[in-house]
Amino acid sequence: MTEMTYLRAISDGLRTEMREDERVLLMGEDIGVYGGAFKVTDGFIEEFGADRVMDTPLAESGIVGTAVGAAVVGLRPVCEMQFADFVSCGFDQIVNVAGKMLYRQGLPVNITVRLPSGGGFSGGPYHSQNPEAWFMHSPGLKVVAPSTPEDAKGLIIASIRDPNPVIFMEHKNLYRRVKGEVPEGSYETPFRARVAREGSDLVVITYGAMVHTALEATLDLDGASIMVLDLRSLVPLDEAAILAAVHECSKVVIVDEANQTCAAGAQVAALIAEHAFEDLDGPVVRVASPDIPIPFSPPLEAAVLPSVDRVREACRQLLEY
Amino acid sequence: MATSSTDVPSGPKTTAQESPTSPSPHLTPDDRVGLLRDMLAMRTIEQRAMNLYRQGKVPGSFYDGFGQEAVSVGATWAMAAADRLCVLHRDLGAHIVRGVAPATILSQYMGREAGVTSGRDGNVHFGDYRTGCVGMVSMLPDMMLVAAGMAMAFKLRHEARCALTWFGDGSTSRGDFHEAMNWAGVQNLPVIFILENNQFAYSTPIDQQFAVNPVQRAAGYGFPGVSVDGNDVEAVFEATRAARERAIAGGGPTLIEAVTMRMHGHGAHDDMKYVPKALVEEWRKKDPIDRQSVRVTQLGVDVDALRKEVLGEVEEATKVALAGAMPDPATVTDRLFHPRDADEILLEDGEAPWSGFKGTPS
Repeated sequence: MTEMTYLRAISDGLRTEMREDERVLLMGEDIGVYGGAFKVTDGFIEEFGADRVMDTPLAESGIVGTAVGAAVVGLRPVCEMQFADFVSCGFDQIVNVAGKMLYRQGLPVNITVRLPSGGGFSGGPYHSQNPEAWFMHSPGLKVVAPSTPEDAKGLIIASIRDPNPVIFMEHKNLYRRVKGEVPEGSYETPFRARVAREGSDLVVITYGAMVHTALEATLDLDGASIMVLDLRSLVPLDEAAILAAVHECSKVVIVDEANQTCAAGAQVAALIAEHAFEDLDGPVVRVASPDIPIPFSPPLEAAVLPSVDRVREACRQLLEY
Repeated sequence: MATSSTDVPSGPKTTAQESPTSPSPHLTPDDRVGLLRDMLAMRTIEQRAMNLYRQGKVPGSFYDGFGQEAVSVGATWAMAAADRLCVLHRDLGAHIVRGVAPATILSQYMGREAGVTSGRDGNVHFGDYRTGCVGMVSMLPDMMLVAAGMAMAFKLRHEARCALTWFGDGSTSRGDFHEAMNWAGVQNLPVIFILENNQFAYSTPIDQQFAVNPVQRAAGYGFPGVSVDGNDVEAVFEATRAARERAIAGGGPTLIEAVTMRMHGHGAHDDMKYVPKALVEEWRKKDPIDRQSVRVTQLGVDVDALRKEVLGEVEEATKVALAGAMPDPATVTDRLFHPRDADEILLEDGEAPWSGFKGTPS
């Protein structure tokens, strides 16, 4: 085990898999010589060469589309969108080409698309988004969102090995803020939920950066026993783990950093309403960003993103229900 | 594995004394008959399918490539088994050349289990991965990027292989056209882009689609653009063969504009009233099958007998397809994800009938 940041854990996972499998190549804007906008691939070009750490033209549709072509003839491309926000320019290739290829033609598309996502540092409307729900709504794509360094490494390796297109949500606000013990060598994290903290009075269901917000918000909540369930994978969604947590706790707060409408948490809420109604001892409560663009100015952004205080207050009110 | 340009045999050359002249010196008499045969197969299958559509046996609408047969058949004829193709909806001929059986194609049109997509997608929205082909999506120029990506992989692995895709005049307006052309130019990829200029994108004529013919844009991306008579199957073959030779030798991409005409509506539901009748009449005289039939007749082949043979095969295939089962609704959610423990599936080699490939390892 080595302690490292979330960002270094992603790098470690990519490097580990590139050493093990020569079919893996990285594609993206400024990822080679410069090492990536966030330095995830810093030093990679020296080890693996420019062919496998490919600086591409500034063209997101091009990155995904050519990755699809390379995948169906035997490579395993990992695409980096410089910011998750920019994936809108590659949306069609992901949704219409990669996502539907297997179902239509029996041809799997083994690509991984990394999306540095999320706000919290005045990135403004185009460097702060959490677009995971776009892809949850589109058949044929898997969507994962690690919250810890250990899972970041294990999930990037599992994503590359998965024969299907995987959208890998990596939260920028975790990159250097979160550190943890990471196993050496190669391992895979399953596409299933993880109990981040045990508890029995209330469960907070969330993923990505909001796992840390939830853990902090509920660390000491008037002595209540609060479970935090880290989804880790949004597609497939670990329905059994969600329903088990609801059965155990009976009170549920669902936290998304994404805009509220049709967010991942909305699907979780719908699942609970359909299948765990009898287990509930209070309304399902959601905390998410309102349906507005993520604003630039610090007080405005802070008013939008779910904060420790907002999550704590939501939990407190539900506990009193 | 395909061969490099230096060791691709050209096949015996024809002479003026024994054969009609050809735009390509690389076609044997058998090749020239084969080109006609596959164009006849495409037209006959599509005519039969249109008939099935009118009988209510083909759901949705029906889209064909009547009058454009030379573009897909001629280009595919120049591709090696290990090459890879992204095929569009006017290009049934590509699937025929690569070895997809007529009964499979007709089953596909009718949404039957035995179709290439097992009823998951319709029309010519298919690619049989066992023949090295990826089927189109409806956002047509998307495939230009997929083809560029295949070519990128070939280049990265130092393989002497080539990728090819078609797209229409309307596709040249979309961003993916630019991204693919630019990408292929920057990376000097072994890819062939075939612009199937059939004068109309649905109802929109080309003068409302572009101010400058896209073939001229190729120079701006750093590679050649050539225009070819898209109703001359041997000319399409020759242009593609030359482009492939360039690509395999490391010369990079080529844009080929195949000038042709969409002789039917966009789909079976389209009466094409926006197309001047005189224009259709003018193009009818340039029918690619009629033109190749003249050449093949001069070679001493009985074209009527060939037509009958093809018709017989298609009728037989129609019976097979009609007898096939519809897909089981209980399977509708199957195959959304490929299991981790299942065998890897990649594009496989297709048939490559050109005599120039005979005797070469594939």
